[in-house]
Parts: sequence; structure tokens; C-alpha cells
Amino acid sequence: MNLIVFSGPPSSGKTSVILKTIEALKQRDISVGVVKFDCLYTDDDVLYEKAGIPVKKGLSGALCPDHFFASNIEEVVQWGNSLKLDMLITESAGLCNRCSPYIKNIKGVCVIDNLSGINTPKKIGPMLKSADIVVITKGDIVSQAEREVFASKVSSVNPKAITMHINGLTGQGAYELSTLLYDEDQNIETVEGMELRFPMPSALCSYCLGETRIGKEYQMGNVRKIDLGD
Amino acid sequence: MMDLTIRELEEKYPFVVGYFEAHKLDVEDHKDKSFREYLDSLSEDYVEEWAINKEKLIQDLEIYIKQMKEFLGIKEDMGVNSLTILPGHDKSGNKERFGELTISKSEIVSIVGPTGSGKSRLLADIEWTAMKDTPTGRTILINGELPDKKWRFSSNNKLVAQLSQNMNFVMDLTVREFLELHAASRLVEDVEGTIDRIIDEANKLAGEKFDLNTPVTALSGGQSRALMIADTAILSSSPIVLIDEIENAGIDRKKALELLVSRDKIVLMATHDPILALMANRRIVIKNGGIDKVIETSKEEKELLVELEKMDNIIQRMRNELRCGQQLNIQLTMEN
Repeated sequence: MNLIVFSGPPSSGKTSVILKTIEALKQRDISVGVVKFDCLYTDDDVLYEKAGIPVKKGLSGALCPDHFFASNIEEVVQWGNSLKLDMLITESAGLCNRCSPYIKNIKGVCVIDNLSGINTPKKIGPMLKSADIVVITKGDIVSQAEREVFASKVSSVNPKAITMHINGLTGQGAYELSTLLYDEDQNIETVEGMELRFPMPSALCSYCLGETRIGKEYQMGNVRKIDLGD
Repeated sequence: MMDLTIRELEEKYPFVVGYFEAHKLDVEDHKDKSFREYLDSLSEDYVEEWAINKEKLIQDLEIYIKQMKEFLGIKEDMGVNSLTILPGHDKSGNKERFGELTISKSEIVSIVGPTGSGKSRLLADIEWTAMKDTPTGRTILINGELPDKKWRFSSNNKLVAQLSQNMNFVMDLTVREFLELHAASRLVEDVEGTIDRIIDEANKLAGEKFDLNTPVTALSGGQSRALMIADTAILSSSPIVLIDEIENAGIDRKKALELLVSRDKIVLMATHDPILALMANRRIVIKNGGIDKVIETSKEEKELLVELEKMDNIIQRMRNELRCGQQLNIQLTMEN
């Protein structure tokens, strides 16, 4: 089974891109399943179900969705293998843009949209910088100049990635993406022992552990102060 | 390349400054170090705080320099003189009914067909330089030859630029700042001169003039489109421009097309407006996902175009009169 990890900020168009790409894969008789990771809420699983795609969702609740991803990916891979899928896609929304769920030697795709602002490529960390393929969406509603500027900003933070423009509504570009995703020779039976491409941020301050009171005496663990000058 | 000091890198490849900046690397006080020495000088805490991946940054810098060098090189000799479409098949698998379609630079071809008939697919085939490996089985040739794969994967050199009805400016910048940003991303040398040319051309197209200090989001629909077209014609590196309708308000569409053509662009235009469709010498008819036929604009149609343009002029003039607060009278229609 192929494993593909999709990541990207909320509402960037991940689900639309994945749905259109799966349509193209289905035409080549490649069976695909999806596991959607989110934090508090998602109804994207309904969209996948409607399209006849085997889907599972995982809500991380009080945990960071990317940490949740790392602790569940093996089980998810086993689920995909039990269905004898040709390809399993995981989809997760980064929340703070600091984590990335990509795994070494597993294709990682980052979806970002033209509307998110010209400095967004700079703001997104490893999720964008260590992706193999960067998909830029919503190009149909901004000017050609903004598309060009945005793409050049993306390539300055991740020159190695293949950058593609996909229209999530019409599916323009999704067929092309599908040809880059499927690899006949890849057969992932387990991800046990594999490594994340980039360590997740160290956290664990008192607020991670449920503290709600504000004030110096309640701040413990990994605490840092903003530099406001004198 | 990686043995050079940062100062030497910046002298040799001025664009690396953009790379350092995009990664928020403050190299100011480290110009005498090599890039690796600089990265090694960062504290472990700093590296972790700011999610810095040293090895990847070094590898990527080399790729970045290589890409930018190619980009600068391509700018000089990227000449796309013609685009050829070889037939594939429609949604039902029937072979498309044309032999081969070659469009040369400075030529306009219009595309007609109902919504959902396959216009997007045709465009995607061109953009992806299809080699019998897309759902339509079409082949795209550039300058009569099978194209280089660079057109598929390069993020800075896309084959096709697009202009459509739904497009808006979303950046909160003035026209000048906006054009400066675009020029910088295209590594233009004469930024001031280029900006002046664009605003000048845009104002020739727009019904109402605007200046460089206007915020792009405050432009009217016609002004926005005029600026987009002038900017695409002059600054975009893409040799093929696809236009999805141009609304008939506040913009001189004939001049807009002339501008694109004068910049050696290959223009493909999806439209059902008779004035635009007939301006092209040929039109592609799309049906059921395939190219059904290619029609040459007939002599009679060209004569009809002259009449249509007269009617259009009357409407444009009335629009201006209204804008100036005048009353309209029947004489206006007679003067033609």
C-alpha cells in the first residue's frame, strides 16, 4: 500500500484537492482510503463517504492533532492494509504551523492557498519547508501577479518541492497531482520504526497540563517571556 | 559554492538575500563566515526555537541558487514561438476531429462551448504539456517538439498565465507597492521603468484613469482588469495567456488584446461574446470533452465584427456620458 501524508492550514482546500485527486486515481482502478485528523470537529468524513471512499476520522480533542497523528499512524496504516487499499491518504490540519506530520521516505504534500496572504509561506514552518509537493489552491480568484509572487515565495522557502496549482472546484491540476502520488513499487506494511522528518516543538508548561489561572506563580515548566524592550 | 563566505555569495548571487530573508536568517554580522559556519554558530536553543533544519537549509540553498540561475537564463532564451495541439479523444472515446492545431505567438484563438464541455481540461492539458498521459490523450508540442519537463515542475516558469472574470486583488498594497513586489519576484532590473510602462498601458485600457498611489483593492472592476492585463503582458514570464471572458465594462478590450499580442503572447480566450470571439482568426469548438472542430473566422464574420464594434462604441460612449452626468439623446446613435 502507498501512504501519502497531506497537511496544510485549516480551510486551505485539502479535502477538495484530495477528493478530486482520488477521482483521477479511481479512473486508473487505484483504490484509495482516507483518514482525517482534526482537533475538535470535522464533517469532512461525510464528504468522503458520499464519494464512496473508505474513511475514518480521528479527533485529537485536548491534544495537538499532529502529536495525535504520530501516536496513531501505525494503527491507521494497519486499518488501510486490512482493507487492501492501494493507497492510504492521511489528512491533517496543522494548528500552530510549527509541527509537521511528515515521515521520512513517505510522500508529504502541503496544501496552502493564495488567499492566505503573501507572508504565509514565511510563517509556516516545517509543514511547508519539508514537504515534497506543495499544492497551491484558490488561484482562480486572485490575480496572475499574486499567483506568481506567492509561488516565488513558496519556492524560496522550499526550492526542492514540486509546486503545483490546483483548482479544488474544477479539479484542474488534480489529475496531474495523481500521477505524482502513486508509486507501484512502494508497499508500506508498517511505519513502526520510521521517523518523523522534523521534531515537534517542546512544550509542557503548566498550561499544557490544564492550569487556567494567570500569574507568575502558576507558570511552571517551559515558560518564556515576550521581549517588549524597556 | 558552499565554501564561499556569505558576503561572496551575496556578491555573486544577489538574489540569495531573498532566501536568507524568507528563512528569517539574520546573516548581517556573519558575512565573513560560510553559510555552514553561520548555521553552526547558532545556539542549539535558537535552532530548536525557530525550527531550523541545517542540512536542509544548506541543500536547499544550492537548489535555490541553481533554480534562480536557470530562471535568469531562461528569461533570455525561453522563446516559445508556437504551441501545437495533437488530437486525443472526447469523453466517449471518439477521436477528436482535427488534424493538428498550431498557434503561433502573437496569435489569438478563441474557445467556445457550453459550461462543463471540457475547456478547463484543454487548458490543463496545455499547462501540463500533456504527452498522451492525461484523460484526453492529447499531446502538446512547443516549437513543434515534445516539450521539456521543466514546464511541468518549475514553480517560477509556468507555461500559462490566466486571467479570469473572478479574479481579484487580495493584497493590501498600493498599485506601486504591488508592482514592485511582482517585479522583484521576477528579478526585473529596471523596476521603475517597468512600473511606469505598466501603469501607462493600464491607463490606456481603463475607462477611468488611476495612479500609482491607489490601493489595488480600491480599483474598480474595469481598472483592476486593466492593471491585471497590463501586468500580465509586461511582467509575467508565461508565454501563453489564457483569458476567461473579459467583461464589457470600463475596459477597452480590443486594446487589451492588442497589448498582449504586441508582447509576443499566445492568447487563448474562452468567450461567448461575439465581439471577442470574432476578433480571433480561429475558434476552437469544444463538445463532450473533446475538440469538435476548429473554425476559421469567415470574411462575413469579420464584416459583422465591424458592425458589432460600432454598436459597442455607442454603448461605451453612452456609458461615459452617464458617468459625466449628461443626459443621453438619440443623436448619439446616429453619429455612427
